[in-house]
Amino acid sequence: MLPVIRHLGDRGLLIELGTGIDPAVNRRVKRLHRIIAREKLHGVVETVPAYASLLVVFDPLQAAPEALKRQIAGLCDFEENGPAEARAVVEIPVVYGGAAGPDLDTVAAYHGLSVEDVIGLHSSTVYRVYMIGFTPGFPYMGELPEALDTPRRDTPRTHIPKGSVAIAQRQTGIYPAVSPGGWQIIGCTPLTLFDSRKESPSFLTMGDAVRFTPITAEEAAQWPL
Amino acid sequence: MAAVDLLEIITPGILASIQDVGRQGFGQIGVAPSGAADSYACRVGNLLVGNLENAAAIEITLMGFQARFLTETVFAVTGADLQPSLNGGPLPMWTAVRAAAGDILDLPSPVCGCRAYLTVGGGFHIAAVMGSRATNIGTGFGGYDGRALRAGDRLQGCRPTHYLACAGRSLPDTLKAVPTSEWVLRVLPGPQEDQFPAASRQQFYAAAYTVSGKSDRTGVRLEGPAIEKKAGTPDSILSEGILCGAIQIPGDGTPIILMNETVTGGYRKMAVVIAADLPLLGQLAPGDTVRFQETDLTSALQLLRRVEAAVDWVRGHFSD
Repeated sequence: MLPVIRHLGDRGLLIELGTGIDPAVNRRVKRLHRIIAREKLHGVVETVPAYASLLVVFDPLQAAPEALKRQIAGLCDFEENGPAEARAVVEIPVVYGGAAGPDLDTVAAYHGLSVEDVIGLHSSTVYRVYMIGFTPGFPYMGELPEALDTPRRDTPRTHIPKGSVAIAQRQTGIYPAVSPGGWQIIGCTPLTLFDSRKESPSFLTMGDAVRFTPITAEEAAQWPL
Repeated sequence: MAAVDLLEIITPGILASIQDVGRQGFGQIGVAPSGAADSYACRVGNLLVGNLENAAAIEITLMGFQARFLTETVFAVTGADLQPSLNGGPLPMWTAVRAAAGDILDLPSPVCGCRAYLTVGGGFHIAAVMGSRATNIGTGFGGYDGRALRAGDRLQGCRPTHYLACAGRSLPDTLKAVPTSEWVLRVLPGPQEDQFPAASRQQFYAAAYTVSGKSDRTGVRLEGPAIEKKAGTPDSILSEGILCGAIQIPGDGTPIILMNETVTGGYRKMAVVIAADLPLLGQLAPGDTVRFQETDLTSALQLLRRVEAAVDWVRGHFSD
């Protein structure tokens, strides 16, 4: 499938490699992200991968937009079935429910499930990190089991604690720092998802495979940081 | 580098923070550029006092900023006219001025514009985090302790006495970006413009919007005619990368001009402000009116070259 390349003003090109939340489409995004990084195209400032698109940010005085667009179109002709991603599953410990997950009961009631069922469903799936966005280090992961497909809260919270594990529709995510947000909070991880002082500030990167492991509040308090 | 106490914040006003030209290259892990909302004023302010244009400056919002110099320093105030004064006497803007230890700088209230920049010769002594001194206020890193400035904060400088000879440098009037209250922002069509009916598009370009008091460093929120999307389409789209200047139309139809604190977004973009006009976004003040004017890529790049030529002129004219 040929990508659609749209201009995002005079210093951005948005390359759409498909539609929807689809691992195959997202793998193509990741491949193009890597190819563009490897090619070191003149004038390119950075690339931002998302679910189905890649944003290429450039300095229009260094790279003429139309010429860059043609150059990128030429790079999109990579094999559909590239080498499989070798991904170790990253385990993320989570304290579910209680003060750590104030919406767990609501989510269970919404679906007519027990709290244990929700925890079991959420922690038995291996998720793909489709993109990092919203705030530094926030992973958008999917796909959540259909049985947990839950709308966002009617009223977003203004203060979500650091480490909160949340769900919205068929996605799950982790709030790396205190922030506002509208997702349903079902738990909290003691891990630090973003640390600006580290060589790799984000704990997760696009394309990672993640599984959640239930732990107790006592275990979380002892968790080695 | 010999760091010395340079400035003590007496009152920060609505919001004062350390900013520079921003943090590039971390969009893939969700880190937005941050940086001066009016990059032109910040860059020129640094060049006036003898710094490289990417040195750290204090970005001051609207009113109520007061600080005391702790050592002899050359400084400049650029950007919004917040009636700056030094020891109660009027202070010329876009000019490198010498301050003595104990001098009091006041930026009490706005005449025009939204953000002023205070630059000092030698720059503020601030550690770079992920390649930039800009404060990411949302997550809390970079700048001064990862946060907005507070009363009592003492900022250090780097060899300020070395720069005193820059005092007296002043920008020609033609290069001063003096803010207005009625703005015309030049835009290019956004990536989802075709998902709005023609009538909405016309309305968007005909309307005079008012800048909302809810605007902040994340975005300029506008009040005015709501833009209808095509019937039967969902409010949001799949999240994708965004840039400063992208004009999002959320569910309620009132446009938001995104600034440099966000890397992804899930609303349709009707239009995108051209790079040459991005510094203006930092000066849109609550109550100002905004109209959008469509341009083309060729004109956008000509206008950007003009902005860069102005910065180049300042850089060349004041280089030692």
